[in-house]
Amino acid sequence: MKKFLPLIIFAILVIVPLMGLSTYTMHLLILVLTWSVIGMAWNILGGYTGQVSFGHAAFFGMGAYTSGMLYLHFGISAWWGLPVSIVVLTALSLIIGYICLRLRGAYFALATLALGEICRVTAENLVKITGGNMGILINERTWVEKTWFFYIILLIAAATYILIRIVIGSKLGYCFVAIREDQDAAESLGIDTTFYKTISLCLSGVLTGIAGAFYMNYMGYIDPSIVFPLFDISIVVVMVVMIGGAATFWGPVIGSIIMVFLAEVIRSLPYIGAAHQTIFGIILILIIIFLPNGIVAGNFFKFLTPWKMKWRQKKASL
Amino acid sequence: MAQLELFFQTLISGFLLGGLYALIALGMALIMGVMRVINLAHGDLMMVAMYIAYGLFIFLGIDPYVSVFIAAPTLFLFGAGVQKFLLTPVMKVESILPHNQVILTVGLAMVLSNLATVLFTGNYRSVPVKYASSAWYLTDIWKDSPIELSLSMPWTLSFVIAVIITIALWLFLSKTDTGKSIRATAQDFDASLLMGVNVNRMRMLTFGIGSALVACAGCLFVPIYYLYPSLGRQFTNVGFVITVIGGMGSTNGAVIGGLILGIFESMTASYIGMGWAPVGRFAVFVAVLVFLPGGIVSILRKWRLGK
Amino acid sequence: MAAKEGILMNLLEVKKVSMHFGGLAALTDVSFELKKQEILGLIGPNGAGKTTMFNVINGFYPPTKGDVYLRGQKISKLKPHAICKLGVSRTFQVVKPLQRMSVLDNVIASAFLRKKNKVLAEETALEVLKFTNLYDDRNIVSKGLPLGKRKRLEIARALATLPEIILLDESFAGLNPTEINEQIEIVKKIRTARGITILIIEHHMKVIMSISDRIVVLNYGQKIAEGTPHEIGHNPSVIEAYLGEEHGA
Repeated sequence: MKKFLPLIIFAILVIVPLMGLSTYTMHLLILVLTWSVIGMAWNILGGYTGQVSFGHAAFFGMGAYTSGMLYLHFGISAWWGLPVSIVVLTALSLIIGYICLRLRGAYFALATLALGEICRVTAENLVKITGGNMGILINERTWVEKTWFFYIILLIAAATYILIRIVIGSKLGYCFVAIREDQDAAESLGIDTTFYKTISLCLSGVLTGIAGAFYMNYMGYIDPSIVFPLFDISIVVVMVVMIGGAATFWGPVIGSIIMVFLAEVIRSLPYIGAAHQTIFGIILILIIIFLPNGIVAGNFFKFLTPWKMKWRQKKASL
Repeated sequence: MAQLELFFQTLISGFLLGGLYALIALGMALIMGVMRVINLAHGDLMMVAMYIAYGLFIFLGIDPYVSVFIAAPTLFLFGAGVQKFLLTPVMKVESILPHNQVILTVGLAMVLSNLATVLFTGNYRSVPVKYASSAWYLTDIWKDSPIELSLSMPWTLSFVIAVIITIALWLFLSKTDTGKSIRATAQDFDASLLMGVNVNRMRMLTFGIGSALVACAGCLFVPIYYLYPSLGRQFTNVGFVITVIGGMGSTNGAVIGGLILGIFESMTASYIGMGWAPVGRFAVFVAVLVFLPGGIVSILRKWRLGK
Repeated sequence: MAAKEGILMNLLEVKKVSMHFGGLAALTDVSFELKKQEILGLIGPNGAGKTTMFNVINGFYPPTKGDVYLRGQKISKLKPHAICKLGVSRTFQVVKPLQRMSVLDNVIASAFLRKKNKVLAEETALEVLKFTNLYDDRNIVSKGLPLGKRKRLEIARALATLPEIILLDESFAGLNPTEINEQIEIVKKIRTARGITILIIEHHMKVIMSISDRIVVLNYGQKIAEGTPHEIGHNPSVIEAYLGEEHGA
């Protein structure tokens, strides 16, 4: 039964647009799915490989701007941004990786934070290329209704989930976790830590970039403060994964659900609206103190159990 | 000649700025050295102190330099409280993401800066003290000087006070028992614990002192800067860029790094332009992290050992 | 293969290695050879530079002077994972289990070096666990293991990379007599059953004397003696190095 849970959830989600939900609810669901992708992507690098990034906005924004600039400068549909961002984000990840992955722990976190901010300020200043603070506006919306947007992001999220399950259960997954647990030991056991950390970063960056490219197409408007901000994207994704549970498959998804709905609830409260970051900050502090391993907490090695059981059953039946 | 004048003026401004920057970084370096915590709320603590000074001036007419004596103790208590009630529980918990302390300070920063925005709005405010535009001029002393240099009075006053505070801190750390206990805790936590140092109290003290230092820096900045809620982030950046340049956790490094960054930013502003300043700061940061992770202090150490 | 073994009797060669950290000379001009399938002990008072020597051989530090040769090939500048691929594995003095993973997963992670997929890696892992008497504990999270078993896990992980040489760093420290005997058997089996060459750092004199074919003695970063356990036991400078330390401390 547990094995089929993901399929069941997917099936339910497929039917959702047909249930006649309001535009607003659909919007929230799309946001949840988008954040799930970003969260799952961050989780590869942060949760599984142990390299905590405070600069994921750099990847998200780069993906969004790839889409936007294709439209702005070449007049082609921004949807081309999704495949193109894979190439662009791989390049960006390699650069960021080259600079930052040699650093450990908190130094790495700070360096990614700095790089995220550099991306933001650069986007603000290179007005001719990015449109600066005016941002990029797409005049022709692809669809007015949310339905197809929903299906696209659902597909991306599902593909991301499957990809992560495959990767984590494989040699890559073991290498990632070994690096997280003890980098020196991993290195001594023949794991090329630089190589694997780079792969982890690239996977994480590319997936985040795809989410960014989708966001450009969905919202129709971006500017540096929307897609490159430190607190509203880089820190929020850390919160998403922390609330849900780092290094778990469902953690980022649950975290996204909570964060999106929490944000909406807070924003709609009459007096507190402007102070939403204060509330986020307080929540963040409370989570760190009382729930540091998130909701889907517990044994992180147990993610291997379903696979082990399957293998054992197979072996027994041979 | 004008070139020479610009250069020296920029150098002086940079130096004065650097002194104040050093004070900001000192607090951060102390906290980093003793508790291995990167306090990303540091700049916001400074912002709080600045608003306190602002409030004291507007409602009670108290000069910002005098506010130092009010803001510093206030933030000392606040900092100690943060350490006791927020950081200590976090440091005890084992979790898969090792950077919980850093994330905690981020949460704190969010709360402080957002509260400030709500309470004070984003409007720029300034404290118009009478001596804000007073200055000493080189030509006043040396009538036939080929170039004109000016020393702005508030800048210089702030710099001098910052130097006094730094010296006081140095004396405290090296000559008093408490100061030595703090340094011991920074060097070796377990050994200090075994030697009977009350390490928890040391941690509280350190965070308190670090906060007080940055509060001083804030009050010293009030006469020469304008005030807005997201100032905090800027100064946090300044803080950790300097600690990285100087060498993480090193108080000497904070001073040297502060002066270097002050001069660098002054030069950048004069010769390249204001807009790119944040990028310059971050670029230096990343460059130092990559090429000189130990900071300036590591060069000094190598040089000293090599002798 | 036999002809090669005849010519290259020295599997590992450490040639005039010096290691400086700033002004501190941790190792000065140390040379010795490790012959195929021998057990070589590396001893010396605390701070003599033994673990530093391992870190140099293993690739964590490039030697300030001198070189390390593996089967005639210079490995001094290579990174640890590359050296592991070439057949040199090590354990750590302060054990480094992959804490949140189970014992089995710890070993599977290192088995992946030589085996392409999970099934084969798990096979190797299970075999190694049986070899080191950890099979029954395979599903326990390694964080919860007592010290003796953690030390064995270190060895198991190193063995799973199917090395030709294994560097054991104080695998016996902190063990009780029963565990020590068990560990001695495992170490001997490593050579006899798997043909692996062993370089072992140890403070336990009895253990080292009984296991090693030859012994190299370091003091203050320099090699002061080399020979059979019998020769070393009667070497005056070795005795002085240890007794001198007792008197001085």
